[in-house]
Amino acid sequence: MTGALAGTVAGAMAGGKTLDPRDALPDHLPALRAFGISLTRNATEADDLVQETILKAWSNFDKFTAGTDLRAWLFTILRNTFFSSKRKSRREVADPEGTYAASLFDKPQHDGRLAYTEFSRAFDKLSPEHREVLILVGANGYSYGEAAQMMGVAVGTAKSRTSRARARLCELLGLKDGEQLLADPSGETLAVMGRSGMQAA
Amino acid sequence: MMQMKDMATDKPKANLRKDIDENLKRVYEDALKQEIPDRFKRLLEQLKAQEKKQ
Repeated sequence: MTGALAGTVAGAMAGGKTLDPRDALPDHLPALRAFGISLTRNATEADDLVQETILKAWSNFDKFTAGTDLRAWLFTILRNTFFSSKRKSRREVADPEGTYAASLFDKPQHDGRLAYTEFSRAFDKLSPEHREVLILVGANGYSYGEAAQMMGVAVGTAKSRTSRARARLCELLGLKDGEQLLADPSGETLAVMGRSGMQAA
Repeated sequence: MMQMKDMATDKPKANLRKDIDENLKRVYEDALKQEIPDRFKRLLEQLKAQEKKQ
């Protein structure tokens, strides 16, 4: 009787399809592709990356720890694939239009908000490493620890890379003040604020 | 005193950061909204079919 009961339980468990992380893969495709586009800024390249990621994930699912973040695991495969193929073809990177395009940036009209088109052009100009950390931490809300693990670096590196990426963005956007704001508080900002406070009074 | 200084310098910094993060989310969401090409659905079906044969 105990044997029959054990059999029923085993049968019920095998019937539960959710046990296979492979079935969850389609749910993560949009995020995976968006991450690929964030890294490459090119849909065709991103699609090739996603395809490779699916194939690698499929044959390595035995290495996935059940109950851990599947999306983070897939992101890691995608970014490793991207950066290792980039290392192989370092030559083609140089964007001849880079300096020209950068000179096209005008200072944003100061309504206090960043204009999205300006922003996305500046984002395109960042290095893939900077785009990666900003998308993981800034857009996806991963912690520095989680992002560091995906990027295969120390937590401190993830933190400093994030602040360098933010500073570079501000620089590309012509937000000169932004650089100061992002730097360690030096008292300069306080002085400026104090002055405007006086004017208002 | 020290605390007041931190508050004064951190506020514009935090605002800028929030502004940047909002734009980053938009960049990401723009990519997220795009249609997933059919080739991935087909690829997953193929992989599943292969698995069953083995």
